[in-house]
Amino acid sequence: MAQTNTGGQGTNGVADESPNMIVYRKMEEVIARMQEEKNGIPIRTVKSFLTKIPSVFSGSDIVQWMTKNLDIEDPVEALHLGTLMAAHGYFFPISDHVLTLKDDGTFYRFQTPYFWPSNCWEPENTDYAVYLCKRTMQNKARLELADYEAESLARLQRAFARKWEFIFMQAEAQAKVDKKRDKIERKILDSQERAFWDVHRPVSVYGLQNDIRTHSPTHTPAPEAKQPTEEELQEQITFWQLQLDRHRLKMSKVAESLIGYTEQYLEYDPCLTPPDPSNPWISDDTTLWELEASKEPGQQRVKRWAFGIDEVLKDPVGREQFLKFLESEFSSENLRFWLAVQEVKKRPIREVPTRVQEIWQEFLAPGAPSAINVDSKSYDKTTQNVKDPGRYAFEDAQEHIYKLMKSDSYSRFIRSSAYQELLQAKKKVNSTFFKLFSMLQSKTYQDFEPTAHL
Amino acid sequence: MRSPLIPEMATQEVQLNETLAHLKSESESLKSKLEEERAKLHDVELHQVAEKVEGLGQFVMKTRRTLKGHGNKVLCMDWCKDKRRIVSSSQDGKVIVWDAFTTNKEHAVTMPCTWVMACAYAPSGCAVACGGLDNKCSVYPLSLDKNENLAAKKKSVAMHTNYLSACSFTNSDMQILTSSGDGTCALWDVESGQLLQSFHGHAADVLCLDLAPSETGNTFVSGGCDKKANVWDMRSGQCIQSFETHESDINSVRYYPSGDAFASGSDDATCRLYDLRADREVAIYSKESIIFGVSSVDFSLSGRLLFGGYNDYTINVWDVLKGTRVSILFGHENRVSTLRVSPDGTAFSTGSWDHTLRIWA
Repeated sequence: MAQTNTGGQGTNGVADESPNMIVYRKMEEVIARMQEEKNGIPIRTVKSFLTKIPSVFSGSDIVQWMTKNLDIEDPVEALHLGTLMAAHGYFFPISDHVLTLKDDGTFYRFQTPYFWPSNCWEPENTDYAVYLCKRTMQNKARLELADYEAESLARLQRAFARKWEFIFMQAEAQAKVDKKRDKIERKILDSQERAFWDVHRPVSVYGLQNDIRTHSPTHTPAPEAKQPTEEELQEQITFWQLQLDRHRLKMSKVAESLIGYTEQYLEYDPCLTPPDPSNPWISDDTTLWELEASKEPGQQRVKRWAFGIDEVLKDPVGREQFLKFLESEFSSENLRFWLAVQEVKKRPIREVPTRVQEIWQEFLAPGAPSAINVDSKSYDKTTQNVKDPGRYAFEDAQEHIYKLMKSDSYSRFIRSSAYQELLQAKKKVNSTFFKLFSMLQSKTYQDFEPTAHL
Repeated sequence: MRSPLIPEMATQEVQLNETLAHLKSESESLKSKLEEERAKLHDVELHQVAEKVEGLGQFVMKTRRTLKGHGNKVLCMDWCKDKRRIVSSSQDGKVIVWDAFTTNKEHAVTMPCTWVMACAYAPSGCAVACGGLDNKCSVYPLSLDKNENLAAKKKSVAMHTNYLSACSFTNSDMQILTSSGDGTCALWDVESGQLLQSFHGHAADVLCLDLAPSETGNTFVSGGCDKKANVWDMRSGQCIQSFETHESDINSVRYYPSGDAFASGSDDATCRLYDLRADREVAIYSKESIIFGVSSVDFSLSGRLLFGGYNDYTINVWDVLKGTRVSILFGHENRVSTLRVSPDGTAFSTGSWDHTLRIWA
């Protein structure tokens, strides 16, 4: 049968393996543990009517083993993982073509490693035809073809009409070999072969099974890594040296910072603190979004501006209020410069040179109407940059101004009465009133019955 | 190696090989020295310090909307800044813009290629970008006129020499950042299609990228098939930090909301947190029972929760500080290929190979 080496298995072993192969190996590790004599799943022969069912275990056995040995708390999770392993064909229900795991007394059997997906099987239709043909030759009730298999056989007979004799011969030869096997061994091998085909030619009800083995075109096997050149090695060395010179923080400090951040924003995280009045996705009510879009910032939103200058700068209402405050002090040129530089970086490259000149004239040129104060080093650099203006012409100046705003204007803004008023006095507009108001304005009147409210 | 015909050439070749070997060993010893230095500051584990933090209560998140309409695997999605619209792209070349709140489809475009692996919403909400096996990133302005053929106004912006794996607008409709199977990332001017900056350093396909959430910053992080996560300076094109601890391809990278750290998801079935100030990996999110790869990760608004979409059809929700799994969400019937939290954090969306998108809250 056709086996291909599509997995990109290099001689390096694990390093070259495709993503599918990595998962196969992990599943196989689990299977190996399941098959351990001491701590594995108890495999037994079950006596039923006049026959023996060899080498089986129940679905519940699998679920129990997984819950105990794979650190799983919820049997639903064990069931889900188990179903995926069954879908890959690592174990299969002996009386069903559908490869799922059931948490009950249903009997399962392990697949033989020969048929494992990690062997990169890509069986052809001719192989399937030989298999189905062989099944019809064996006079066993348990080997009778299911409806969909009979249909497949009929289709294949039409498709391979010319070489059917050859297929028939192969089937005969295989049947002959099978006949020689021990009865119990045959039972097991027959079921394993059937399970193999359940993976590669699934009954269409479970059509998605095929996709398990698909991988996206992004995961093509990596080409042989070229030996680095002298230049590349020099670059690497420079890079490592730069990295070594970097200033690093201790883990304890970093941990405190991460914890501090999440605690500060906990009340703003809708996943952890239900938003007020409600989460639109849960309540189907968009009031939250309408409130946020309004020009009246709520108390919680205003409080956030005090967390740091970035919060004010990224909230359009915050920027507006900050600008208003600075204008009242006749000291808005810094913020206006900063905003203008942000703006120029967002423009198409074609517009940049003109905008840079405009900003230079307004804020930095001798006699500029909104003169800003930058240190002489940044000023000199900027003067040079403006001669050949790119998007980052004002980078140094902008950084200087940002630091200035952060330490000076921003702290004054937060301490200002204008900000404090916004923070304290402005209670949020009563939400029911707002709801009614917005309903009156909304486009659809389906939910609004005027008579009920009057 | 062919034997040199001329003795001087032989000596030169030997000298070159000696130089290369010498440089290689120098590079490697510097790399190990860096690991040593990084390890020196590792005085405590994040989850140890986080023991004092209150535990998260019972966690309930459910599918609140299911978006059906794609005829094939959904590969990518992105939120509009208006917190309710999304754009999604699929294997059959279809790109759809939805109002996820009402589940209505508002626009649809058919790309001339299959496997549209990347799509992004413009900050203004007036355009979308997408690309995939066509090696390009194209921008489509969204027309208010429902009858207008969007494909007619298509603008080709980025050109790579291999598939487009991810794209993102910067804080403007005028620039797009792309990553590609050709091993590079690039910044483009949308209007002219001009390449503004390219980023070289990955040794294999780059699969994902994310822009730093700063008002002043000019950095982004990328992850690739070389198992590396690189942080880049957009202005100079230089790689400023690099992390290599994953055991397989990195499918997704996402910044922690403060911008001081980022998370990654990989085919090695783990998510990891890297802090830029500590300059190292500071947490691993994994479980013995999780053996399928992570396709996509994103943080909740406060950074306390990390959502991971996995190839085993599930979503695992992690407590970022304590390192434990808070919840496992079932629902999709095939791989979860993409996951993004909405701009205001009220929900997150997932796209799957089962042809659907789901909104969870």
